[in-house]
Amino acid sequence: MKKKKVKTRNLVLTLIVLALVIAYLAFLQANSMQHSYAITIVERSCIYAVAAVSMNLIIGFTGQFSLGTAGFMCIGAYVTGILTIPVDMRDQIYYLYGMAPWLHDVHLPLGVALIIAFALCAGIAYLIGWPILRLKSDYLAIATLGFSEIVRAVFGWDGLGPITNASYGVSNIPAFTSIFECVAICAVCIVIMGLLIHSSYGRAFKAIRDDDVAAEAMGINLFRTKELSFVISSAFAGVAGGLLAVFMRSAVTSTFTVALTYNILLMVVLGGIGSVSGSIIGAFLVTGSQEWLRFLDKEYYWSDLFKNLAGTAFGGMKVPLLRNGFRMVIFSILLMVVVLFWNHGITGSKEVTWDRFAAFFAGRKRKKTAQEAKK
Amino acid sequence: MLEVSNLIINYGGIQAVRGISFEVPSGKICTLVGANGAGKSSTLRAITGLVKAKSGSVKLDGLELLGRKTEEIVRHKITLVPEGRHVFPDQTVLENLKIGAYLRKDDLEESIQRVYGLFPRLKERSWQQAGTLSGGEQQMLAVGRALMADPDVIMMDEPSLGLAPIVVQEIFDIIRKINEQGCTVLLVEQNANMALHIADYAYVMENGKITMQGTGHELLEDPKVKAAYLGTTGR
Repeated sequence: MKKKKVKTRNLVLTLIVLALVIAYLAFLQANSMQHSYAITIVERSCIYAVAAVSMNLIIGFTGQFSLGTAGFMCIGAYVTGILTIPVDMRDQIYYLYGMAPWLHDVHLPLGVALIIAFALCAGIAYLIGWPILRLKSDYLAIATLGFSEIVRAVFGWDGLGPITNASYGVSNIPAFTSIFECVAICAVCIVIMGLLIHSSYGRAFKAIRDDDVAAEAMGINLFRTKELSFVISSAFAGVAGGLLAVFMRSAVTSTFTVALTYNILLMVVLGGIGSVSGSIIGAFLVTGSQEWLRFLDKEYYWSDLFKNLAGTAFGGMKVPLLRNGFRMVIFSILLMVVVLFWNHGITGSKEVTWDRFAAFFAGRKRKKTAQEAKK
Repeated sequence: MLEVSNLIINYGGIQAVRGISFEVPSGKICTLVGANGAGKSSTLRAITGLVKAKSGSVKLDGLELLGRKTEEIVRHKITLVPEGRHVFPDQTVLENLKIGAYLRKDDLEESIQRVYGLFPRLKERSWQQAGTLSGGEQQMLAVGRALMADPDVIMMDEPSLGLAPIVVQEIFDIIRKINEQGCTVLLVEQNANMALHIADYAYVMENGKITMQGTGHELLEDPKVKAAYLGTTGR
């Protein structure tokens, strides 16, 4: 009886939040001219959320420290880009190399292109997982990092110019038709990964992470299970890359450096290793705060801040520290503080649920009443 | 019946198990006792396919198990409770039990209730993280998790390791109960006294070889066993 009540409460709350999110998105979409900045932040956050959840799947849930995310995103971005740019613009984009004739007239809708990116990344992950997943911890990280750089080098290679346009990259990729398209695709990806994590496969992933000896004794095939996690994780990283290419309307190898992998790792760690909701929160927080702190990158004179100083000698001086790049200094300091004092991430390894919210507020209430009782 | 014959296990150049043979008849409790490094754990790990044996044979009801993968061996209803418990600390008791049944596709409810029947304390702590359980409870969970695979043969590696005597007694009572429910038990123990008391048949291992065998009570009375493993010669 009570359980049922809690369940309906949770369902109602979820629907309310969902409705609010959709309403907000609709509001942004309806006023897309004024709110284009907010739209870019939301879209970028959603895309990074997919990448972060996919990375969390292999690092946080399966315990395999793979850093190949940027490489798979690069593959996904190029595949999606090449297949979706309008046919009539291709000669112009590939003016140097000339697009390969067999590819020239292949034009696919975004959804199909993303599925092909997914499949290709899954296939490549399957092949490289074969030798690579026998490695452990640091060695696996180095191998995947190496793979990621190889991918970048291959896509930037002149010899592949007719396909990838080499170092010029692919541009003029058609943008999302609306914010809903982007958010919906991201939501579907995250839901699929969430379902996988809560299935019996997910249980096997966590078992390997916690204790591979026991997991093997339970009859879990270590290699095959790791391979499954790696393939799915990489494939969704590919989709995230494809979405990023559409978002930026171009795919260039310089986007997919190791720094991108670290950025996503940051979201995973900050949000909470082993928590899907944590990764989503981490993605929004990191993307958002990098934007909010942008005022630190601007140079100011004292007179800009305090109007009555205008004309004085002091007013003509620059505010110290504020200049291009200072934003990242502050951002890094904030990060260190978070990691030092909150080292399990924002959510820890648990999911954010309504029950947890309820327990949190109930705990507060209880504390309050206890304090009042003391008085 | 589980039959092991001429089993040899090498680690690098070192021979850990030097051609041992023994049998565990269906429905019985058998035990391998011996000191550290005698090769008992290696034997169990080879039977489950966790380490590769150099040569020999392990037959379960006539079916050769050696050379098969662990998952196949577990499917043939023979499971291992690993030494040192190895529960999954960040997962709940119930989740731990479900992992034990990873290879089963049928309904688990009956097995879960059976395990909770044997270990009422696990039922109370169903939603607790396994890492927060006491040592004895973790050992119970490890046994319960192995039972979730619905085994015909359950092998236990040092279930008394690091537990208080009263808890050890409790664990051994449960081993007997599991056996009465029809499960064949192969027990590896350093606590020879306890193990020999509940075993139908026992083998003593020394330096990778079986040096003595007999019913549990025969070995309890044997002066050599007394001197080496029971420490009761002086009395």
